[in-house]
Amino acid sequence: MSEPVSEPVSEPTSEAATPVRDTPTTATSTTATPTAGTPAPGASRPLLAVPGITARTLRLVLWLAVVAVAVAVPFYLEGFWLQAGLFAMSAAIGAIGINLLTGATGQLSLGHAFFLAVGAYSYVYLSTDLGLPTPLAAVAAVIVAGLCGGVFSPIAGRLKGAYLGIATLALIFVGQHILFNAEPVTGGFNGRPVPPMELFGLVFADTPELVVLNVPFGSLERLWFLGIALLAGVAVFARGVLRGRPGLAMNTIRDHEIAAGVMGVPVARYRAGVFVLSSMYGGLAGVLVALVFQQVVPDYFGMLLSLDYLAMIVIGGLGSVAGAVAGAAFVSLLPQLLTRYSDALPLVAEPGSGGVSPAEAARILYGAAVVAVVLFLPGGLAGLATRLGRVRLKELRWAKSAPAPASRR
Amino acid sequence: MAVFLELLVNGISVGAVYALIALGFVVIFKATEVVNFTHASLLLAGGYVIARLHPLIGFWAALAAGIAAAALVGALVEFLILRRAHVGSRGVLAIVTIGVDILLTTELTRQIGTEVLALGDPWGDRVLHLGPVTIAETRVVALAVAAALIVAFLLAFKFTGWGVAMRATAEDAETAALMGVRLGRVSLSAWAVAGALAAVAALFLCVFPTPGLDRGTAAAAMKAFPAAILGGLDSTTGALAGGLIVGVTETLMSGYQSELAFLGRGIGDAAPFLVMIVILLLRPSGLFGTKEPARV
Repeated sequence: MSEPVSEPVSEPTSEAATPVRDTPTTATSTTATPTAGTPAPGASRPLLAVPGITARTLRLVLWLAVVAVAVAVPFYLEGFWLQAGLFAMSAAIGAIGINLLTGATGQLSLGHAFFLAVGAYSYVYLSTDLGLPTPLAAVAAVIVAGLCGGVFSPIAGRLKGAYLGIATLALIFVGQHILFNAEPVTGGFNGRPVPPMELFGLVFADTPELVVLNVPFGSLERLWFLGIALLAGVAVFARGVLRGRPGLAMNTIRDHEIAAGVMGVPVARYRAGVFVLSSMYGGLAGVLVALVFQQVVPDYFGMLLSLDYLAMIVIGGLGSVAGAVAGAAFVSLLPQLLTRYSDALPLVAEPGSGGVSPAEAARILYGAAVVAVVLFLPGGLAGLATRLGRVRLKELRWAKSAPAPASRR
Repeated sequence: MAVFLELLVNGISVGAVYALIALGFVVIFKATEVVNFTHASLLLAGGYVIARLHPLIGFWAALAAGIAAAALVGALVEFLILRRAHVGSRGVLAIVTIGVDILLTTELTRQIGTEVLALGDPWGDRVLHLGPVTIAETRVVALAVAAALIVAFLLAFKFTGWGVAMRATAEDAETAALMGVRLGRVSLSAWAVAGALAAVAALFLCVFPTPGLDRGTAAAAMKAFPAAILGGLDSTTGALAGGLIVGVTETLMSGYQSELAFLGRGIGDAAPFLVMIVILLLRPSGLFGTKEPARV
């Protein structure tokens, strides 16, 4: 999470000291080295020096490509990939939430699974038992998750860092207890079926049938677009929070609590507030995961899920939205991929055959990934991408010999 | 009344075992300021080694091997990973220990599978009758061993050179280093001691009346976390008090489960955490923890 090293634009020799120190970007840095000695900055990169292409347009094009791919996916990929993708989206929403709390504010939480459970079960309860329209039930479920976070805020506001991590263990254990025992609401051990979402007359289920461009649109295809929209919305919101005043305040609390207080940041209120926000993100992730699963069961929302979320943000990169999304994709797709290709992979056995099952292999892999990232790749996947991107952007900047806005992370 | 006394004695015995775990946890925190989430898997590792080796080399040798193995695993985690992770905040180190925990627990639970492993202890299911109170022999031994270990530990902490180095580091690591305390050794030994204590605790968590070591044992070890934090993370006294509170609460709640039916089944597992929340609401830094003097 190193801040961008500000490079004097007029001094190309400083390329040698670009922040590619220990990243595996040797390929990029070697291609860049010849430019180090060239005195005229504009002459070296004719390909990138196309007039009119700035970093901004490049980024725009990239984003358009991402959107195009996201829209095209349901038309080409089968159900398995859609479901995996939807899990990744839901995980990304939850991970953005916990990254606001843990990554940006430095507050550890092991209770995130509890808030997912609150979101999922509230949605089911509000829509089935209280008969709320499903979109309203989803919104209300997110609010209920936020309220639960608020109830915990006397603790969330006062404890810091890893202390809070242990305190939030209570949420998991108490939450599991409630989920198993409050049968009228939660359905006990077997959980409850989830009613499909119905938005503006469109039902997010396999019936009634819907065919778009000769592709049958079942529940997964429909949910895909809902997931994309939700993820985009909450990602933009979190980005706004992180880049604005609240984000600065949160980072200051993380880096130096007392300094933050001295500068007028209400530390306890911020901690509690971020906890509430993060629990609402968790609640939304819970609603989405419930819609994909179509059944909520208490076992899913246990300790392991919380650990998964922490693994996601560490692997992806602490404190950034992109990091949370990348980490969520990594951690939630890994077991699915290993399951699918278990017969083709060495060392991974079919589930139940005695060897390393795909789920276990995935856990071992990302447990190791957490350790490896902290040891060798501070900043995670997002940090790696930024470093690579920064090298590219710098070349571009030279080619234009005008400074482009450097990304903050 | 007899029931209550029985539960109380059992609770104190279980609490003493939790105190052992919490003590290791606190020692690591004092020496390195890392909240160690690997603790449950250290315990599992110790228990697993005892369970696998006792048919081969006998119980006492297996116990020694288990203790040594857990201490070694702890020391390795410190030496290979934490010492090499140069990160700004201790919170990130806590997450690293979570990563290690995921690794170790996954592999160990995979090895254990669906089995319930006996630890081959010599006490079996014998019980003692003390007047109206009937108590399992294992619980008496657990209490005695835990008490002896805790006393020995506290004495060492107070009077040996190692203890002084440890306390100096906890007080002010930089000054301690300038005075010639080797911080690397201090944290390495803290992890090793914590691992050893966890292995002993594993033994007593898995003997009668518990069926044995299974994949749920790590979850049982989790209950030592509230014990550590409600007593105050940086206080050895707190670890003892916390352990006893958690043990007694859990045993009483489970014992009177039928009277507390409105709270649902298995309330004994959730109770320690409820107690922790109540105590943290009243005293955010735990019962005996140091309050941070900063006020802005």
